[in-house]
Amino acid sequence: MNEVVAPPASAYFIVKDNGTPENHTLSILVDNEPGVLARVIGLFSGRGYNIESLTVTETEHEKHLSRITIVSNGTHSVLEQMRHQLERIVPVHSVTDLTVVAHAKGYEKPLERELAMLKVVATGEQRLEALRLADAFKAQVIDANVTHFIFEVTGRTSKIEQFIAIMAPLGLVEVCRTGVAAMARGPGIE
Amino acid sequence: MNAKKRDFDGMEMTGAAMVLQALRDNGVEHIFGYPGGAVLPIYDELFQQDDIQHILVRHEQGAGHAAEGYARSTGKAGVVLVTSGPGATNTVTALQDALMDSIPLVCITGQVPTSLIGSDAFQECDTVGITRPCTKHNWLVKSVDDLPRVLHEAFRIATTGRPGPVVVDVPKDVQFALGIYQGPKIAESRISYKPKVGANLEQIKSAVALMAKAKKPVIYSGGGVINSGDKASELLRELVKETEFPITSTLMGLGAYPASGERWLGMLGMHGTYEANMAMHDCDVMVNIGARFDDRITGRIDAFAPDSKKIHIDIDPSSINKIVHVDIGVVGDVAYVLEQMLALWKKEKKKHQAKALKDWHAQIAKWQARNSLAYNQTSDVIMPQHAIERLYEASQRSGKETFITTEVGQHQMWAAQYFGFEKPNHWMTSGGLGTMGYGFPAAVGVQVAHREALVIDIAGDASIQMMMQEMSTAVQYGLPVKIFILNNQHMGMVRQWQQLLHGNRLSSSYSEAVPDFVKLAEAYGATGMYCDDPNTLDDMLDDMINAEGPVIFDCRVANLANCFPMIPSGKAHNEMLLPDEASDDAIATAIDSKGKALV
Ligand SMILES: Cc1ncc(C[n+]2csc(CCOP(=O)(O)OP(=O)(O)O)c2C)c(N)n1
Ligand SMILES: [Mg+2]
Repeated sequence: MNEVVAPPASAYFIVKDNGTPENHTLSILVDNEPGVLARVIGLFSGRGYNIESLTVTETEHEKHLSRITIVSNGTHSVLEQMRHQLERIVPVHSVTDLTVVAHAKGYEKPLERELAMLKVVATGEQRLEALRLADAFKAQVIDANVTHFIFEVTGRTSKIEQFIAIMAPLGLVEVCRTGVAAMARGPGIE
Repeated sequence: MNAKKRDFDGMEMTGAAMVLQALRDNGVEHIFGYPGGAVLPIYDELFQQDDIQHILVRHEQGAGHAAEGYARSTGKAGVVLVTSGPGATNTVTALQDALMDSIPLVCITGQVPTSLIGSDAFQECDTVGITRPCTKHNWLVKSVDDLPRVLHEAFRIATTGRPGPVVVDVPKDVQFALGIYQGPKIAESRISYKPKVGANLEQIKSAVALMAKAKKPVIYSGGGVINSGDKASELLRELVKETEFPITSTLMGLGAYPASGERWLGMLGMHGTYEANMAMHDCDVMVNIGARFDDRITGRIDAFAPDSKKIHIDIDPSSINKIVHVDIGVVGDVAYVLEQMLALWKKEKKKHQAKALKDWHAQIAKWQARNSLAYNQTSDVIMPQHAIERLYEASQRSGKETFITTEVGQHQMWAAQYFGFEKPNHWMTSGGLGTMGYGFPAAVGVQVAHREALVIDIAGDASIQMMMQEMSTAVQYGLPVKIFILNNQHMGMVRQWQQLLHGNRLSSSYSEAVPDFVKLAEAYGATGMYCDDPNTLDDMLDDMINAEGPVIFDCRVANLANCFPMIPSGKAHNEMLLPDEASDDAIATAIDSKGKALV
């Protein structure tokens, strides 16, 4: 065997991005055709961007248009790249950074809502406590028998997180969330 | 049969016939391909017509690179036709290569019948899945009704905006199915695709204003000028003439401004000239025209042209501010932007800063006097740099229109440094991906488009073995491509990096068991030549150029020569390693331990 030596080097110049990462919500209007979601997600994984939340469905049936809402995290320059890279995808019609739009209008965030379903299996005092709290969160009971509830709750991500945290010790066994749907405030179309 | 004159719009035909008709309607004369089960219907159509010539390659990767060479030398899309499964996967390297260098390719792949997709059928692979990240766009065509639109869209998307490769995957049953053909107009129906044509005039105005104030300007041009077309190169030359700004170029942009031009600084970047890199480092206004601040160009980003204002012209908005923050970004086609720029420059009677510019030119002359491309040619061993210079002279003597392709390695850098490129579209090299094996098939593609021209692949002894099989293609079609191997018996570039970064431990970089290239050429029915004597080199080069058919020229050069000048890793443009300073000691310590760990 040849002699073993100290670790090697590579051929790249690496610079650190010193910006502070922020969460932004992007709204992407695309042709609803096979593979379009794979293109968007592949771009994120291929270029090392984060996906915190992803929501997609066809929103205009006659035009076969889908809206993809992605919450991502990155520095200013990464977020700008993300938008431009998304715009290069052929079936992408438009990309709007709703967080930037919200900031321009003096808001911290765009309007954002998520829906979650929580299955809670409990009896006795725990069961009553779960029901009381659900009421406080304006969650609806959409299925129940003597041993369980399924709650439906809508709201901002922080509210959903809080509701899940509160339910956890009360017999929470399963959670399903839609991911964020978002829209800019005001009459304008972004 | 004269299919061209007739209008086939609205006619019923099979999917396979549609493929041929769409090719005709998009002006295709040559395609590069390899048959197999899933494309037989298309091959059958090819057999029964004469409008389109099919060039049978020997490996699908070769088809891809040949199409790239064809595209780069003609400005048209290169077309590839391959079968499903292994045929498709073999094209992946060429597709990624074309994506990184923005080369328009239309690759048509066969696929198993739609009813079998997803069943792991014989020679099935997820072609659109595999090629999604290495194409500008791709399609799986599940119905013959979609086929004409997709084919025309494929050409539109490949050739407009920032060009790139596309894949159209056509299942075998779709090739057999009958449908109604539609003409190219249908491609306009996709409205989400909006390639940029114009540009923001305000941005151009600010750019011109900044340029007029520059005291130490430099133009840094790239492959985007070539892609934009001949007019862009003409306008670039005019801009340099008007402004008297010095100009350097990336590897991909060589030829847009002539190497013999008065303001030419030579190539910039890792193996660029001293004057080009120093001018970049010290400039106060940088005009980037169709280049993308690649990491081989910038060196250390935090020390890149630290005191400059930067203008960036690019057709792709995502290129602007991607790597380097610029002061003025102009999104648009180079030819369009340069035309506006020149018009404004003239209309406003802009004058450059004559006095300051004179000093700047004088400073540049001093850097040029440093002669960073110097080397010592002795009488017993051929230096690789000398070989390239002699090759250039020989090509000039021949009076032939000359196209140069390269493989990847030291020879590629020497070709870029020492061969003078005077025209755009006459230099094809794998820049972004750095694909060994690119050069020879690319040369085959160039020669298909330019039968009378002199086409030379400047190769390395290792790279040439990656796509050697295409010699059979060259012989079959009587393509007199010349392979000029700078044989240093090493993967020279790898060896150089090992010397610089890895204590000269030459791990697997010595080329062992290299074939006898002369015999190899003869085995293919080509001509083999061998030269290791500087005194006979010129005569043998003339023989090579005058040979009727393809040639492999085994040119033995100094084995351990290094490619200089060089910006070592972790260093800035003004910290180059120059050939006369590159003693073994200097090389060993060129990259300090911090640089080694950092980069
Ligand atoms: C397909 C591929 N594999 C590996 C590499 C890494 N690589 C870059 S240069 C080089 C050596 C090339 O040797 P040769 O063709 O002899 O050229 P030289 O540098 O000696 O001129 C290698 C292995 C590459 N660029 N492409
Ligand atoms: Mg070599």
